[in-house]
Amino acid sequence: MRDSYAGRLQRRATTRRPLLHTSYRSDMALLNTRAKRYAVLALLLVGMSLPFLLPDAFLTELAGGSAYAIGAIGLMLLTGFAGQISLGHAFFAGVGFYTAAVISGDPDGRALGFGVTEILIWLPAAGLVAAAAGALVAPLATRLRGLYLAIVTLGLVFVGERVFAQWSAVTGGGSAGRPPPTVRLFGYRLDADGAFTKPQQLFWLMLVLLVVFAVVARNLARSNVGRAFTAIRDRDIAAGVIGVNLTKQKTVAFAISSFYAGCAGALFYTTVLNVNPNQFNLFLSVLFIVMVLIGGVGTISGAIAGAFLIALLPRFTDALAEWLPFISTRPQDVLNDSVTRFVLYGLLIIGFLLFEPRGLVGIWSRIRNWWTTFPFSY
Amino acid sequence: MTGDPELAPILQFTDVRLAFAGVRAIDGITFHVEPSELFAIIGPNGAGKTSIFNVLSGVYRPQAGEVSFAGQSLLGRRPHQIARLGLARTFQNVELFANLTVLENLMLGRHHHIAYGPLSALVWLGRARRAEVANRAAVEEIIDFLELEQWRRLPVGMLPFGIQKRVELGRALAMQPKLLLLDEPVGGMNVEETEDMARFILDIREELDIPVILVEHDMGLVMDLADRVLVVDFGRPVATGKPGEIQHHPEVIRAYLGEVSTT
Repeated sequence: MRDSYAGRLQRRATTRRPLLHTSYRSDMALLNTRAKRYAVLALLLVGMSLPFLLPDAFLTELAGGSAYAIGAIGLMLLTGFAGQISLGHAFFAGVGFYTAAVISGDPDGRALGFGVTEILIWLPAAGLVAAAAGALVAPLATRLRGLYLAIVTLGLVFVGERVFAQWSAVTGGGSAGRPPPTVRLFGYRLDADGAFTKPQQLFWLMLVLLVVFAVVARNLARSNVGRAFTAIRDRDIAAGVIGVNLTKQKTVAFAISSFYAGCAGALFYTTVLNVNPNQFNLFLSVLFIVMVLIGGVGTISGAIAGAFLIALLPRFTDALAEWLPFISTRPQDVLNDSVTRFVLYGLLIIGFLLFEPRGLVGIWSRIRNWWTTFPFSY
Repeated sequence: MTGDPELAPILQFTDVRLAFAGVRAIDGITFHVEPSELFAIIGPNGAGKTSIFNVLSGVYRPQAGEVSFAGQSLLGRRPHQIARLGLARTFQNVELFANLTVLENLMLGRHHHIAYGPLSALVWLGRARRAEVANRAAVEEIIDFLELEQWRRLPVGMLPFGIQKRVELGRALAMQPKLLLLDEPVGGMNVEETEDMARFILDIREELDIPVILVEHDMGLVMDLADRVLVVDFGRPVATGKPGEIQHHPEVIRAYLGEVSTT
């Protein structure tokens, strides 16, 4: 049929006028304009070539940012899309981390380990165990709403922190900790210097995983499931009346969000040598909330932007300490660089909530609108 | 047009009682709706009209009585189960998802017609995409039917009230209901918007053949459109009958205008 008159017309229409969609399928495609396709391609190329341009320390931070972004996407699905405020994200990250660490851990080591270092095995396992934990917690969300759910999930973090600290067979105990999972992809060791340095290899790994997790989350967000999430967030009674099963969708939201948290927890600490169980505390949960808020609620790209901003903030405060003499880098001083970082977290939340509630994505869309309407931008 | 008398009623609402603490919102109301009938419920503010809708859609659970829809009992079912049986409604104060576009709101109306699960949604290609495209086509028919083309991609929160009401009607129609409940479809609308809405309600009956229960304060609209009217006051039935009979019913006049002085 390609050479029929209609086919020729359609082909001409779509090649000469790229914004004209002639089928619902092309209209609903993820990258439905040429500009989006080129922008994403360019972003990917730049991302993949960063290891040749940046020093290893920076790459390690960016790899951590990618892992954070995976976790933030998970919380975005739960809080930003389904509207269920959860402070328990750190707990699920912890569940994922210890699942991965136990599966890939040294069988002769101090803490429990099975020595299966293949990432294609321990990463999905980390996600699935965390997702199961999330599905177990979900019934709370069907009974509670808003702040009450936040408080209950807060309790989850405290319980989790205590269990992680006490269960030394798995976690190495409150003071010692245990090494992170070992990363092997098809037998090739990624978290040790090989053909490339460790930070370069981990950066590529995290970037590829981030792209996969982001695309999958975007698919979910634009699907029937994602629409049901936003319906629950905006008006839960109306959502029920039009046929959305609230219990089921909240359970799905919790399970998928926890899957992301579990994978993020397993991945994030692969750049360090030893992980203490007190890592998975309330502060980590709050950090994820900050990423979601700063990035822009209700967008996957917002979660990614917010995560990278938070991951790169230490670099910014270090630079600040160099320029501003009253900020010290010595931990014993009152105003040192880590205190500055905490103050900045607070200021960022307040600033964004007051001046740009739509977050980084809101700023971006404002810039984009300014350019598309140029020279008639107001 | 009161429907074929040989067919069983699509909805049977029998002696339902609903009370909140001491307030009796519905106090023994009985009515039925014939297939392809336009049945109106009127009454002063606070008479219990919206409570009847909330019982029908499963938001409230009555203490006594029986509600059967298309041969199945509705009591004890949750709202989404009732929606699946084919009961759709609009709300008095528009209950749309304000951040979503008109298209997305209507697609949500298709929610229970879309069968794929979260795993297919994650992959998108294949099953999920086919279902999305097919349901998008169904939604576009409703957009065409209700003349919503120009607002398709706008978030509904930005639309004027009259259009929002129409989008909400569209969302209910997208559910392909067997019975449609309209709660004050022209409340707060101007004359022109009211006439548009009246035309759509007539189109729904004639082209889609869906029975409708209409709660409305605009008496002109009720008297012009309805086949039968139920008048309620303080949760109790006052009268049921054809619009012409209701208008002159002494009890109805008393409910609306108060006691006639006899001295």
